[in-house]
Amino acid sequence: MSDDQMVTIEVDGRELQAKAGSLLIEVTDAAGVDIPRFCYHKKLSVAANCRMCLVEVEKVPKPLPACATPVTDGMKVHTRSPLALAAQKGTMEFLLINHPLDCPICDQGGECELQDLSLGYGSDVSRYVEGKRVVPERDIGPLISTCFTRCIHCTRCIRFGAEIAGIRELGAVGRGEHMQIGTYVEKSVDSELSGNIIDVCPVGALTSKPFQYRARAWELVQHDGVSPHDAAGSNLHIHVRRGRVMRVHPKENEAINECWISDRDRFSYEGLYSADRLTRPLVRSNGEWQETDWEQALEQAALRLQQARGSSGDRLAALISPSSTLEEMYLAQRLMRGLESDNIDVRLRQGDFRGTGPAVAWLGQPVEELEGVGAALLVGANIRKEQPILGHRLRKAAMNGARIHCLNPLELDLNYPAGQLVVGPAAMAGELAAIARALGASGPLIDDATAGPAHEEVAEALRQAQRATVLLGAMACAHPDYSMLRGLAAAVAEASGAVLGFLPQGANATGAALLGIDQGEDALSLLRNPRKGYLLLGAEPGRDFWNPALANAALEKAECVVALTSWRSPCLEQVADVMLPVAAFAETSGTYVNAGGSWQSFGGAATPPGEARPAWKVLRVLGNLLDLDGFDQESSGEVLAQARAQIGERRPDNAGCTFDDTSSTLAQAALVRIGEVPLYGVDPLVRRAAPLQKTRDALGAAIRISPALAGRLGLGEGDSARLAQDGASITLPVILEAGVPDDCVRLPAGVDGTEMLGGQFGEVTLEKA
Amino acid sequence: MANEVCFRNMDQERPWLLEQYRSRGGYEVLTRILQEKRPPEQIIEEVKASGLRGRGGAGFPTGLKWSFISRNAPGQKYVVCNSDEGEPGTFKDRDILRYNPHQLIEGMVIAGYAIGATVGFNYIRGEFWEPYERFEAALEEARAAGFLGRDLLGSGFDFELHSHLGGGAYVCGEETALLESIEGKKGQPRYKPPFPAHFGLYGRPTIINNTESLASIPVILEKGGEWFRNLGVENSGGSKLFSISGNINNPGVFEIPMGTPFSELLEMAGGMKEGRRLKAVIPGGSSSPVIPGEQMMELTMDYDAIAGAGSMLGSGAVIVLDDSNCMVRILERMSWFYAEESCGQCTPCREGTGWLYRVVHRIESGQGRPEDLELLDDMTTKIAGRTICALGDAAAMPVQGMLRHFRDEFEYHIEHKRCMVD
Repeated sequence: MSDDQMVTIEVDGRELQAKAGSLLIEVTDAAGVDIPRFCYHKKLSVAANCRMCLVEVEKVPKPLPACATPVTDGMKVHTRSPLALAAQKGTMEFLLINHPLDCPICDQGGECELQDLSLGYGSDVSRYVEGKRVVPERDIGPLISTCFTRCIHCTRCIRFGAEIAGIRELGAVGRGEHMQIGTYVEKSVDSELSGNIIDVCPVGALTSKPFQYRARAWELVQHDGVSPHDAAGSNLHIHVRRGRVMRVHPKENEAINECWISDRDRFSYEGLYSADRLTRPLVRSNGEWQETDWEQALEQAALRLQQARGSSGDRLAALISPSSTLEEMYLAQRLMRGLESDNIDVRLRQGDFRGTGPAVAWLGQPVEELEGVGAALLVGANIRKEQPILGHRLRKAAMNGARIHCLNPLELDLNYPAGQLVVGPAAMAGELAAIARALGASGPLIDDATAGPAHEEVAEALRQAQRATVLLGAMACAHPDYSMLRGLAAAVAEASGAVLGFLPQGANATGAALLGIDQGEDALSLLRNPRKGYLLLGAEPGRDFWNPALANAALEKAECVVALTSWRSPCLEQVADVMLPVAAFAETSGTYVNAGGSWQSFGGAATPPGEARPAWKVLRVLGNLLDLDGFDQESSGEVLAQARAQIGERRPDNAGCTFDDTSSTLAQAALVRIGEVPLYGVDPLVRRAAPLQKTRDALGAAIRISPALAGRLGLGEGDSARLAQDGASITLPVILEAGVPDDCVRLPAGVDGTEMLGGQFGEVTLEKA
Repeated sequence: MANEVCFRNMDQERPWLLEQYRSRGGYEVLTRILQEKRPPEQIIEEVKASGLRGRGGAGFPTGLKWSFISRNAPGQKYVVCNSDEGEPGTFKDRDILRYNPHQLIEGMVIAGYAIGATVGFNYIRGEFWEPYERFEAALEEARAAGFLGRDLLGSGFDFELHSHLGGGAYVCGEETALLESIEGKKGQPRYKPPFPAHFGLYGRPTIINNTESLASIPVILEKGGEWFRNLGVENSGGSKLFSISGNINNPGVFEIPMGTPFSELLEMAGGMKEGRRLKAVIPGGSSSPVIPGEQMMELTMDYDAIAGAGSMLGSGAVIVLDDSNCMVRILERMSWFYAEESCGQCTPCREGTGWLYRVVHRIESGQGRPEDLELLDDMTTKIAGRTICALGDAAAMPVQGMLRHFRDEFEYHIEHKRCMVD
C-alpha cells in the first residue's frame, strides 16, 4: 500500500476521503468535524493520554482515541453516538474532579480549552465531593507563570520541550494523582522558544508572567503584526486593550513560523512602555533639552539639516535601523536623494565593506525550505539565538538526519547534533578556504589552503546532500574580514552545489537591499569620514553600531544630528540635536521583507504614546519642510506602492560575492574580542523588555575567557579585569567559559557598559584590574 | 500429575544449580535444536500445538505471539521476559527464579532462536533482590558453560541475556511500560498499536512473555506440544503454577494440571482454618472479580471455567477469604493499591482510581451515602475500557465483582455505619 493511497471513511454518516494511514483526528479536523481534545496537538507527537477524543468505531467494542487511530478504508466512525458521548463526558467528569474552578481569577479564563469543552461535555454539579488536589507553584523563570494545581496532565508542554524546543526542561514526576509537571530539580525554563508552552497548555497551568492579571481575554482586540526583531518575519497576533499592547501571540503561518514564535517576539512588547519612552519632541538649544511641539521640532530639524548640508548633499548621512519598515526606508532614501545624497545605510553592524557583496542579500531560499536541507554549513552564525524560528527549521532538518557543521569563533550550545569547528576569529577565513579547497575550488586564500580531515568531512557532507546550504550569520557579518568569509562561503556553495544564504539582521535588511539602500557609501565609511549632519532612525549610537566608539565620535563632531526615535537614551541625548518621537513596533503600519523574500504588510495595532507619530509620517512632513518633491503621500499604502514601483523587477539575489584583498586586521592581534550581540540585545525595543532582560539569555557585559587564558593572566572566576580596546577601557568581572578560544575574549556588544568600546571584533588587551 | 513442567526439579537439593538442572536433561533441548539447526517455524508450531497461553494473566496464546514477529526482517530483535511479578496475590515467578532459573534461561535462548533475536532481557521485580541474585548467578553459570554468548555450541547463533531489576512500580508489569523502563524512561504504558511485535524495545520487533511461559518452553519441546496440551483441558493446555494465599493453612505455590477442581487445590493448600467457612475467592490476582465460596467450590481451575463465572484465571493467584473478612475492607485495600499504582498518564485511571478509593474508603469509615453504590457502578464503566493500558480495567473489575456478589455488605455499611461481619 503506498502512502498516498486514498481511503474512504464515514464519519457521522458523512463520507470523507483521506490518505491511508492518516490519523482520524487529522481527517475530521480537515473536514470541520469537531472532536474534543486536550493532549493532541498537530505539531507534537501523539500521546493519547487525555482520552477526551474517544469516538465510536463500528466493529470495535471499545471507544478509540481519534488522535491515535489511523484511518482504514470503509471505517465507520460516530463522534457523537451514545457510546462516544458517554466516553467524552466521562473523561470530562474525571478531568474536572481535581481541577480548581477558579476561572474568575485564572488568566486562562475566557480562552481555556477545558472551560470551553466543559460547557459541552461537563455537568453543572460535580459528583465529586472530596477535597481537590493542590500542587505547589514553581518558579520557572521570569516569563512563564505556573499554577500546576490547574494542570490536566496532557503533557503538551513536555512534548514541546523534547520535540520542538529541543531541550527537555519539563517532565512529569510522580505517579497517579501525584504526577506533577516540573523541572525535577528547581531550575528555570530557558529555551528561546519557551513561551510557546503558554500557548500549548490547554488550561491555566502555564500562563504569561508579564501578562499576569493585566487584562481579561475578552477585553482584548486582536490585530495582525509581524515580528520586528529578526528576519524570519514571524506572524503575530497583537492583543490590544484601549490602544495599549497587552500581549503578543503567534499567528499561524505554516510557511514561516508555523504556530510558534520566539520569546523575543512574544515578550518584547514590554519594552514599549518603558520609563524612557519618548512622548514629546525634544530640541536641544544651548546644550539643554527642551520639550516642544511638532511644528517647532520639525522646523528646527529641517533647518539644521539644511545648514549642515550647505552646498553639498555629501555632507549628510542617514543611518537607519534594519528593522525600519520598507515605507520608512523608502522615504528616508527619497529624502536623502532629494538632498542629493546617496549616503544612507542600514548595515550598521557590518565590520568589513571590502570586496563586492551580493546584489540583494537573503536567505537564498524560502524559510520553510530550510527544514528540507540535507546538509548545512553555518559560518559565523548562532542561528538558534540570532533567528530562533529559522533555527527551529534547521533543527528539524538536523532531526531528519541533515549533517550540520558550524565554523564559529565560539563553541555553541546547540540542540541538535552538529560538527563544530571552533577557531579564533583570525583563523576563520583560513578554515573556510580549506573547506573550499577540499571541494576543489580555487581563488584567493583557497589556493594557499590545505584541507585536513575536518574540512574534508564538511565538504563531503555538503557535496553528498541532495540539497545543502551555506549560511552566513551575524558573527560573520561583524567580522573584520567579512568580505573574505563571504567570498569564501560563496566559493564553497558554488563548488558543492549548495545554496548560499544570509541571515540578515533586523526585520527588513532584505527590503533595504531591494530598495538599493546599500548601494551608496557604507555605514562604516560614513562614520570614519564624519559628515556634518546625520539623520538617525531607530538606532542608538552606543548599542546599534559595529563600532560604538567610532559612532559616538562621528556623531558628536557633527553639526546636526536628527534622531527619529521611540526612546530617549543617554548616548542619544549626548549626540543628538533634535529627537523626534516616533511610533515603535505595533504602533505603525508598514511592510517587512523577510529573509525568505516574503513581503508582509501590517497595520498599526496600538496607539503611539503621547505625541509619538509613525516615522513614515514624520519623514513625509520633513520632506515637505525641506521643499522636496514627492512627499505628498496620503497613506502608508501609497508609500508602499511607490517603493514597490522603485524596486520594480529587482529580486533577492545572493550572486556576486567576491574579494581580492586578503589582508586581515586581526593577523597581528595577540588577543581578539568576540563581540556577538546577545539574543536580547539586538534592538532598542528588546533591550527595554524587562522580563527578557531577566533571562539567562540576556548576557550582560562580562569578560568571558577560557580557563587556559585566565590561568596565563592570573585571573580566576569573578576577578575583575581591565579590557582595553581602541584606547577605551572597561573593568568587568571574569567568567570562565571553556568554549572560548584561548586567544579571544568574549565580550558581548549592544549591552550595558559597552557603549564606549570599539568594533565588535578587534584587538584588545586584558589585564588584572 | 503435579510438578511436571516448571517445578519438575522441586524434589532436588539446590535445584537452581546448573549441574542439577543438567542432571534432569536441562539444556539438552537447546543443544539438539542448535545442533540439528531445527527450523524456527517448527519450534513455533510446536509451541502453538501445546496450547500454552500467556501465564502472566492475559492468557494470550504464546505460539501465536511468536508468529507475529517477522523473523527475517533485518536488524535487532529482542526477547523480553516479564518477571515483574507485581499482581497482589501472585508469587509463582519468584519461585521459578529462585528454584529453576536455568529452565527460564533455556526457554529464553530457544525463544531467541525461534524469532531471530540475539539479545534478551529479564525484567525482574524491584523487590526481588534475592531471586535477582540467584538468576544472575545462573546467568554466569550458563555463560561459562557456553549456553549464552557468541556462537552457542558452535552453531553460529549468538544470544546474550541481561537481567534488569525494576524500580518498584506495579505498572511496569504492563509490557510496554516495562519496555519504557528498560529503555531508562519513566515506566508508562505505550499506546497500542503499534504492538511490541512491530515496535518494541528500542523500537525493534520484540516478544515479551511471562516467566512461567518461557520456563515452560524447554519441557514443551522435550516432550512435545501434544503431551503438554493433554496435561490440561480443552482451551487450557498444560499444567500451571497457582499461588494460593489467604485464610488457609498451607499457602504456597502448587503446580497442577489445568482443569483441576478448586476443591482439590484448596485441599493441597491445607484447607480452611479451623472453624472458618469459605466466604469468597479472588481466583486470578487482585484485579480479577471475586467469586462467592459456594460457587467456587464447583469450579475447575482453567480459563473457561473461571471466565464462565464472571472472573479471570489471570496469573493463577488464588486469594482465599473466609467468613471473618469484611468485603468493604478488602475492597478498600485493593482500591488503594490501584490508586497508588496508577502511572498517572491517562485521565480515567489517574483521576478515577483515586476517586474509587475515596468512595470505598468513606463507606468503610461509616460515611457512605445512599447514592455511593450507584456512583461506583457508574465510575467503573467510565474507567474500564477507556484507558491506555489494562490498569484501569484492573482497578474497576474488583469493584464490579464485589458489588455484584456482596452488595448487601456495602448497603449494610452505608445504612448502619458499621460492618456486618464483626
